[in-house]
Amino acid sequence: MSDNSKLDQVNRSRRTFLKSTGTTAAAGMISAYLPAHASGAVEGASENEVTSTTIEGAVPITLRINGKDHKLNIDPRTTLLDCIRETVTLTGTKKGCDHGQCGACTVHVNGKRVLSCLNLALMHDGNEITTIEGLGTPEAMHPMQKAFLDCDGYQCGYCTSGQIMSAVALLKEPCGPDDAAVKELMSGNICRCGAYANIIAAIQQVRKNG
Amino acid sequence: MRIFEFIRPPDPATAVAAAAQSKTAQQGADVRFMGGGTTLIDLMKLNVENPARVLDINRLPLNKIEVTPEGGLKIGAIARNSDLAYHAKVQLDYAVLSQAILQGASAQIRNMATVGGNLLQRTRCVYFRDIAMPCNKRKPGTGCPAITGHNRTLAILGTSEQCIATNPSDMCVAMAALEATIHIQGPKGTRAVAFGDFHLLPGSAPQRETVLESGDLITHVTLPPPIAGSKQLYLKLRDRASYEFALASAAIVLTIAGSNITQARIALGGVGTKPWRSPEAEAALIGKAANDVTFRQAAEAAVRNAKPQSENGFKIELAKRCLTHALRTAAAG
Repeated sequence: MSDNSKLDQVNRSRRTFLKSTGTTAAAGMISAYLPAHASGAVEGASENEVTSTTIEGAVPITLRINGKDHKLNIDPRTTLLDCIRETVTLTGTKKGCDHGQCGACTVHVNGKRVLSCLNLALMHDGNEITTIEGLGTPEAMHPMQKAFLDCDGYQCGYCTSGQIMSAVALLKEPCGPDDAAVKELMSGNICRCGAYANIIAAIQQVRKNG
Repeated sequence: MRIFEFIRPPDPATAVAAAAQSKTAQQGADVRFMGGGTTLIDLMKLNVENPARVLDINRLPLNKIEVTPEGGLKIGAIARNSDLAYHAKVQLDYAVLSQAILQGASAQIRNMATVGGNLLQRTRCVYFRDIAMPCNKRKPGTGCPAITGHNRTLAILGTSEQCIATNPSDMCVAMAALEATIHIQGPKGTRAVAFGDFHLLPGSAPQRETVLESGDLITHVTLPPPIAGSKQLYLKLRDRASYEFALASAAIVLTIAGSNITQARIALGGVGTKPWRSPEAEAALIGKAANDVTFRQAAEAAVRNAKPQSENGFKIELAKRCLTHALRTAAAG
């Protein structure tokens, strides 16, 4: 337990470090993505406050992510994925191929799984968006997150948030009981490490235990 | 991606008026309707599509799937592929359509992709998708490097000297066999187009893929009442078991009385420059005994005019085996 919390601290400081150095090093570039009022939106966001929020052609939008409204001012080209990661700084959702071929960016919109890389953020005002951060916490994991841990359903972990978001949505979709049916409905999530067998085991564990 | 103006028209008429300002509804349109975005955003990231205006039609009242008074089905243009595939009446009466959709893309993409968008799905030809390369479809007159280059996945039916790009849709193959009708609202009013007339062969103008003109908005698709007692099947063959485009596919709608085939509607996917209805295969089936000899003759007839390229000659045999196996399986079902 103490080991875990120590590890957690290390991870957090690494992320905070990356966020703050990224902002300093490339403030001009990143400002194009940042929210009009980032303050308090997410942990660490205060470090990212930017005074210059003038983006040519930017459009105001309110995005509801994990039950929280975010008032943003974004370039119309911003994909939902880039908005979630760069503007709202929820970095659990991953960018893999950015062309709808890998599934790493899977999030839920109004309860259904979609690819956030092939959506414009502007298309989603008023929609209920859920990311991996909205699913559970290290202290109170979603059963699917716990099952991925139990079954070792990952190796490098990069595809994992997409896999878990897909798997959670699958629970409410028409899906046959056998592994083949699960594999078919999970085929949009690629795992380059090849943790597929354990991913299927994790999903089946949750399905069997209700 | 180039900058664009994002507009959400409040109703179809406003959407049509805004889109009518585009100089074309085909490749290079400066105004585009945005449905699920699964094709358009992908191509905008590649700079293959560069619209100056994007019209978000996702909030228009075009998402319903309803039974028509005649007993057919009316499918709103922005109904999602997954909603259509899992619709009770589609699974019961138009099984070939449900199967085709569920064998296409991934669960996430099917949740996003609209029916209207799937009708307009663009080819996966690598030369079309790469703006560093010539392509007659993307940039008319620049040539077709696929004919002398990588063409393993490209078409053997309906090709021209200018273009051999495959139509990638599975849904469209089933809709061709089901004789769907596409309903369009345009600047001059509404019109209905038979499915077989909607997509165009590349010929000398491969940049023109459909009959759509500037401002034309697909509002819905209708399916005729189901054929009572019909046997239906979609069989898709591909390099991977899932999440891959077809190398060859077949959509079958058959009725058999006694041992004879009384009705047959056959369409092929993965081999044509458009969703490929095969009247030749149908003629070889109707009135014949439902057996392997007949099925093989139908398959031979379907690819009689096929033109192989340097890497895709295998598709002729694959398409024949695909159609024969699909017919055998459907007839036995």
